[in-house]
Amino acid sequence: MKRTEREKEFSQRVISRRGLLLGSVQLGIAGTLLWRLRDMQLNQAEQFHLLAEENRINLRLLPPVRGLIFDRNGVLLAGNEQNYRVVMKRDDAGDIDLVLSRLAQLIPLSEDDIERARRDMLRNRPFVPVTVAERLNWDEISRIAANAPALPGVTPEMGLSRYYPLYEDTAHVVGYVGPVSERDLEALEAPDPVLMIPRFQIGKSGVERMQEDTLRGRAGSQRVEVNAVGRVMRELDRVEGTPGDNVHLTIDAKLQNYALERLHGQSAAAVVMDVDTGDILALASGPSFDPNLFVRGISSTDFRGLLDNEFRPLVNKTVQGLYPPGSTFKMVTALAALEAAATDGQETVFCPGHMDIAGHRFHCWRRGGHGRVGMVAALAQSCDVYFYEMSQRCGIDKINEMSTRLGLGIRYDLPITSVSAGLNPTREWKQRNRNADWRIGDTINASIGQGYVLTTPLQLAVMTARLASNKAVLPRLLRDPLERAEREMASLDLRPEWLRLIRRGMVDTVNHQRGTAYSSRVVADGQMMAGKTGTSQVFSITRAEREAGIRRQEDLPWNRRNHALFVDYAPVDNPRFAVAVVVEHGMGGSSAAAPIGRDITLAALNGGVPPLSAYPAPQRNRIRAEQIELEERLRAPEAMRVSRA
Amino acid sequence: MSYLEYNTKRMPAGLAKVLYVNWPLVALLIAVAGYGFIMLYSVAGGNATPWAEPQLKRFAAGLVIMFVVAFVPLWFWRSIAGLAYAVSILLLIGVEFFGSVGMGAKRWLEIGPLRLQPSELAKITTIMALAAYYDWLDLKKTSRLLWVLLAALITVVPALLVVRQPDLGTAMLIALGGGVVIFAAGVHWGYFAAIIGAGVAVVTTVLQSRGTEWQILKDYQYRRIDAFLDPTLDPLGAGYHINQSMIALGSGGWSGRGFMEGTQARLNFLPEKHTDFIFTTLAEEFGFVGASSLLLLYMLIMGVCLLSALNTTSRFGALLITGVTGTFFLYFAVNMAMVMGLAPVVGVPLPLVSYGGSAMIVLMVGFGLVQSAHIHRARLPS
Repeated sequence: MKRTEREKEFSQRVISRRGLLLGSVQLGIAGTLLWRLRDMQLNQAEQFHLLAEENRINLRLLPPVRGLIFDRNGVLLAGNEQNYRVVMKRDDAGDIDLVLSRLAQLIPLSEDDIERARRDMLRNRPFVPVTVAERLNWDEISRIAANAPALPGVTPEMGLSRYYPLYEDTAHVVGYVGPVSERDLEALEAPDPVLMIPRFQIGKSGVERMQEDTLRGRAGSQRVEVNAVGRVMRELDRVEGTPGDNVHLTIDAKLQNYALERLHGQSAAAVVMDVDTGDILALASGPSFDPNLFVRGISSTDFRGLLDNEFRPLVNKTVQGLYPPGSTFKMVTALAALEAAATDGQETVFCPGHMDIAGHRFHCWRRGGHGRVGMVAALAQSCDVYFYEMSQRCGIDKINEMSTRLGLGIRYDLPITSVSAGLNPTREWKQRNRNADWRIGDTINASIGQGYVLTTPLQLAVMTARLASNKAVLPRLLRDPLERAEREMASLDLRPEWLRLIRRGMVDTVNHQRGTAYSSRVVADGQMMAGKTGTSQVFSITRAEREAGIRRQEDLPWNRRNHALFVDYAPVDNPRFAVAVVVEHGMGGSSAAAPIGRDITLAALNGGVPPLSAYPAPQRNRIRAEQIELEERLRAPEAMRVSRA
Repeated sequence: MSYLEYNTKRMPAGLAKVLYVNWPLVALLIAVAGYGFIMLYSVAGGNATPWAEPQLKRFAAGLVIMFVVAFVPLWFWRSIAGLAYAVSILLLIGVEFFGSVGMGAKRWLEIGPLRLQPSELAKITTIMALAAYYDWLDLKKTSRLLWVLLAALITVVPALLVVRQPDLGTAMLIALGGGVVIFAAGVHWGYFAAIIGAGVAVVTTVLQSRGTEWQILKDYQYRRIDAFLDPTLDPLGAGYHINQSMIALGSGGWSGRGFMEGTQARLNFLPEKHTDFIFTTLAEEFGFVGASSLLLLYMLIMGVCLLSALNTTSRFGALLITGVTGTFFLYFAVNMAMVMGLAPVVGVPLPLVSYGGSAMIVLMVGFGLVQSAHIHRARLPS
């Protein structure tokens, strides 16, 4: 604003006065700082010098012992083993290249190891010990000790490192640990100081990662005298840290091993679940990998190999793999139709092998058709046309609702990494993601578990457990060993008469001559199985292809073949276990997935390799041959010894 | 000062402005930054990377920016003060919603390729806004309650937004920087007494809120306050910084251990040795001589700027200089007090010396404004 000269003068006077006042306050503060500086650096310098210089007492963190991971019976899944390692200090070594080359003659050292050690030593201060080699055996350590005079600066040390005694069996569940990365630190608000310890390892995936806080424990500390250049002179005292807590899983290591070996040679996944408690007994994803490789620091060739493998060993297919459920979804459609009162279940539908809807011909998997089928026969023989009809009657919304109720399309909160929600497509979903209206064809596809529907093997197991128990079973992987009472699951409230129909259909699938899984039936008393096969297309068949004659699956490249699926529960009269199996590009549910599902189910019921008497007599010779081959691969019983009471 | 008041005849114009630059100030700034390069070179173990060289480049860029800001007529800064303030408030609100999280706090705003730290910007714009406000306000109204409250509001809004990020150190700098301008403008004493009283109340509230549902600060900030009150409580955790810093600083003695001879920082006893704790390294390596000479340089900068403020007839210019230098003072005073164990560790860098781009550029913009006020001060007719 416009001011008069008088006002300007007044303003200047005020600012000058206040400015000078501020200046003197600031000068006063600066004086205080100077006084403090003088006090610390001149008066107390001696004292601080002493603290800093000659015998400086230095607090060092001691890494806590990491908690162990056990299976449901107390078999060790992740432990800590003592290991010998060799560390080297630059200033004591003198010529590090010479010492390293001598070392390489005594213990196996790759070019990579040597290069890494060299780099670490040059990057760190000369007195910082750098690990040159880890996990040495006693012979190697003795050789180094014997040659100590020729190896200045080299010292053998002992420490604990993580190991997974069951190797690839539990890689996807237990996960693995690895060194703390910058990204790990950034993700934390107030990082535990223990993470700053060089070579400290934290969970990188699976339970190791998700239960990190439980497993890690609290760091101990050690007071050491350090001289002027930071070399440790002697230890004054130490406070041991608190070891991490142990974690108990619901997994049955023996069954897990059996399941994984049963999947051998295929890209496949299998889940075994207790139908009443939701305990996950096996969560096998094959092929797997050896988590110990990651703890040691995986070589780039090994890592490339895992990444380039067409069967994707690093992916946990049980919770991460998304597959169209195919015909295993038909129970959902059937229940949706029953609930919508679209059918009474007894009424039959005529299947001529196809159905024309909205100018498009939808085929049944059996070209000649199934004739007249009711719900039970439609499930057992997996008639597509029956479910096309039902889905048109009840609509996608009902199917969605039932699908969610049976546990599909839900992300389960399990302590493992990358658990997927699958996809339970709704009208809104399609509008949002595909920017298109839901069409009747989408409903038709969804009715047989094709189109947009995607599920994980875990979800399929949950669905089967829910059908078997009529309870809203939730999967569980962690187990409190002190907990006595099993948790009570809420009822799913599906009408008994509906469930009777569905279960009848599943029983016939396996046990009726015309059932799609008849060749995988179980004949042992009290171990009879009910199930459902599924074969889901990876690519849709175009009309041109159909007219040119559908190519045989065997003639297609592997990754275009159909996925094979199978879900089951057993025993039929008093269900205990629900099993889901997916064989990627396995071509046929009844041929590829059902036998695996049957064997894993029997293994769960029998606590090991199933007795031959459970199989139909004509199959026994072939099965025995298969079993012999499999038994050779199974882990030795010693590995499964219970290490905790 | 509006354009109409801007008497071009009494102002230097064009290249002549170069002659009116406050060259002693420029020299002092370069000298202080020089301390920074030397220390960053030293803490990197005698390497220009990773700190000294980028810092040098940034300072060079900062100098250019300072001159650009300085040569723009003061009336221009006066007229955009309100706008600049509004923009920085919007950016702070933007951080609240779209900011990216780093180290447990939301501070950065990413707009395309740009990474902005609006809280840094707010330090300058709050001062500009207050200076313009008091330039505009009728002098007689300076101490009237309503108008004082308005000024307080201008200060408190950005400070509160920054506290929410949470960045206690910066919020405090903004609030105190604003307070300096309000004080210099001649607001009645009573208000400051009241604010100090309120401040005590706020501190009490913040401490009281601990452990309750409406806890105001993050846990780690409370632990830092604890550690400040008694560093021995947790020598491995929160108190570690202060303890180690004091040992290193104290052990420097009269002339220090010598360039690149500091052991504490080099042995990694000292955290953040290149940022907030760089003064410790300086004090360890160059002793009392080095540390006090830096303090002296800082105080010389304050003195030169105070002279400049006393000599300008522009109310806006004088308030701007007082505000910018007041903030500058708070920076180094708080930082030094912190490393000497006289103030809690709040994460305030040592201005122009600590490694870090955002704070440095903002400071240089601030000194650009100081220079602009200096160059464009209306000379009394001789």
